[in-house]
Amino acid sequence: MSRYLLRRLLLAAGVLWAAYTVTFLVLYALPGDPVSIMYGGESSDVTPEQLDALRAQYGLDQPLPVQYVTQLGHALHGDLGSSVVNGQPVTTLIADALPPTAQIAGLALVLAIVVGGGLAVVATATRSRRLSGFLLSLPPLGVAVPSFWFGLTLVQWFSFQIPLFPALGNQGFASAVLPAVTLALPTSALIAQMLSRSLLHTLREPYVDTALAKGASRTRVHLRHALRNAALPALTVTGLVIGGLLSGAVVTETVFSRAGLGRLTATSVSAQDIPVVQGVVLVAATVYVLVNLLIDIVYPLLDPRIVTGSRRRATPPPPPRSADAAPEPAADRVPVTAGGTR
Amino acid sequence: MSSLDALTAGERGPQPPTEAFVPTALDPNTRADKFAATSAERFADAVLEREDPLARRSPWRTRFEDLVRKPGLVLALVWSAVILLAAFVPSLLAPGDPLDGVPADKLQAPSSAHWFGTDQLGRDLYTRVVHGTHLTLAAALTAVLVGLVVGALVGLVAGFVGGVVDDVAMRVVDVLLSIPALLLSLALITVLGFGTINVAIAVGLANVASVSRIMRSEVLRVRTSVFVEASHASGSRWWTTLGRHVLPNAIGPVVVLAALELGAAVLAVSSLSFLGYGEPPPAPEWGALVAGGRDYLRTSWWLTTLPGLTIVATVLAAGRISRALDGDPGRNR
Repeated sequence: MSRYLLRRLLLAAGVLWAAYTVTFLVLYALPGDPVSIMYGGESSDVTPEQLDALRAQYGLDQPLPVQYVTQLGHALHGDLGSSVVNGQPVTTLIADALPPTAQIAGLALVLAIVVGGGLAVVATATRSRRLSGFLLSLPPLGVAVPSFWFGLTLVQWFSFQIPLFPALGNQGFASAVLPAVTLALPTSALIAQMLSRSLLHTLREPYVDTALAKGASRTRVHLRHALRNAALPALTVTGLVIGGLLSGAVVTETVFSRAGLGRLTATSVSAQDIPVVQGVVLVAATVYVLVNLLIDIVYPLLDPRIVTGSRRRATPPPPPRSADAAPEPAADRVPVTAGGTR
Repeated sequence: MSSLDALTAGERGPQPPTEAFVPTALDPNTRADKFAATSAERFADAVLEREDPLARRSPWRTRFEDLVRKPGLVLALVWSAVILLAAFVPSLLAPGDPLDGVPADKLQAPSSAHWFGTDQLGRDLYTRVVHGTHLTLAAALTAVLVGLVVGALVGLVAGFVGGVVDDVAMRVVDVLLSIPALLLSLALITVLGFGTINVAIAVGLANVASVSRIMRSEVLRVRTSVFVEASHASGSRWWTTLGRHVLPNAIGPVVVLAALELGAAVLAVSSLSFLGYGEPPPAPEWGALVAGGRDYLRTSWWLTTLPGLTIVATVLAAGRISRALDGDPGRNR
């Protein structure tokens, strides 16, 4: 168990380092000069000499590998540089912006699990084909709706037509409701899709028949037996779900003019404030890595087969272990075509 | 379901629920009872359905009857035809000038004269949506193409060469997948600058990881087939094997993914144009149109609602068509 944990921890650290490297390469090594991007352009009253001085100040006149090592060293000490717009440290900016985003993201996650999970359970449990068909057609619709438009539509109905919630701002719980609903839409669609698929799969397992044969009620079998097992594979997408909430916040917070990490990202991209953008991307990668680490730790507690590995793959391995997962689709593909030709 | 499926499903949103067939067909030995049930079902199917003399009809007629049974697909195809028409010959659908406003007619509700109403400068919104189609669609297509070409190339090389190349490429892909696609696009836009083309490239590059993953797994599947071995054995050069045998057999799922990706790309492109990173204001990009209607939300609902619905319909149509391409007849509605 401890070896398993250690491996996971090392992997997580490796992914973080690599994410840092990728963002560095994208933001600093792509053709294009950060300083002239940041200071040149329309307000080009900056002289070439000043640009050179700025390059020296940010260490951008150094060769790329030197820049990389210096910046990585700073980053390891918790210094992600400072905003080129207002000179504030990136870490402070992000720390200030995180709480309001965490608020709506948390609310959205709860909403998404309740709505998405409920939809999946009802759609797979109902005997009415029409109802289950209708419910299962909702998630693709939810994914197709642009969240910026959905948010604006919510404002139109629930702030203007029926004034229930404020249209914008950060004041109190009421102002967090509409943004959370907006954020929850694509997330709940994803959860509903994953869970209903997993449930349909699980409900064909022999132990479901066994439980029914032994006299358990349909509800009990569905919720106690099938759902518990079906929820495990759905857990693997949690990292993606959280990442989706973070990137969804960029659009949502712009729609509702809320301060937060998303708004910070949008304004930094508009101002081409490279250090802040890098910081935000790193935060997103860190969150993803932490969530997956957490899942990796929780997983063996829920399903002991993961560590012992004595049985054939019954549940998918957690996301970071993708190398072993790669040949699997080949195996999965066989039955798909077999079913298709029926 | 593998974690790869989970990842791509998460990234891509709607995916055909294919694994429904897995348990019965995959493992006949350990699930003898289930297998028995399916073979009985198959027998019943054979008795009941093979009576149907489908084979005697012309393939076109069969195809047509297939279509009629799927109203959703028909609707999706019709809508795509309209969208393509709007993209290539916008003046056929809307003869007016999208930038030309009549101030006296500003902020009019939808009517027979102005199907989608008019905006704050008296420009006809319908004309603007139609003329914005090619901007949005071109950006989405470019994005898909960039993602497809780069991703397929990476996956092809990684899968075919294997070894260290494969390891390194897949680690990089893992890392890229740990960053949400929209944030990756935003980082790229920060460096590349604004404008439709840059948005398209950024969205496309953000998708490279998932495409290359699928491509690689397909290449790995094909690489071990007998015909590839035969091609090697009969002395063809490696690029011939790659180009003639591996690529054509591995590209199928990637193309299906690309069709699905088109819907996602329309969403991503319009989100970025909503945030203001696309063409500068007068250009009628769909996302920018919705953004422009924001200030008139209270009084003029049509300015945001109608362009938004256009986006929704387009994304849904792309998703429906890609599901049809995936060939999952039991699931289609």
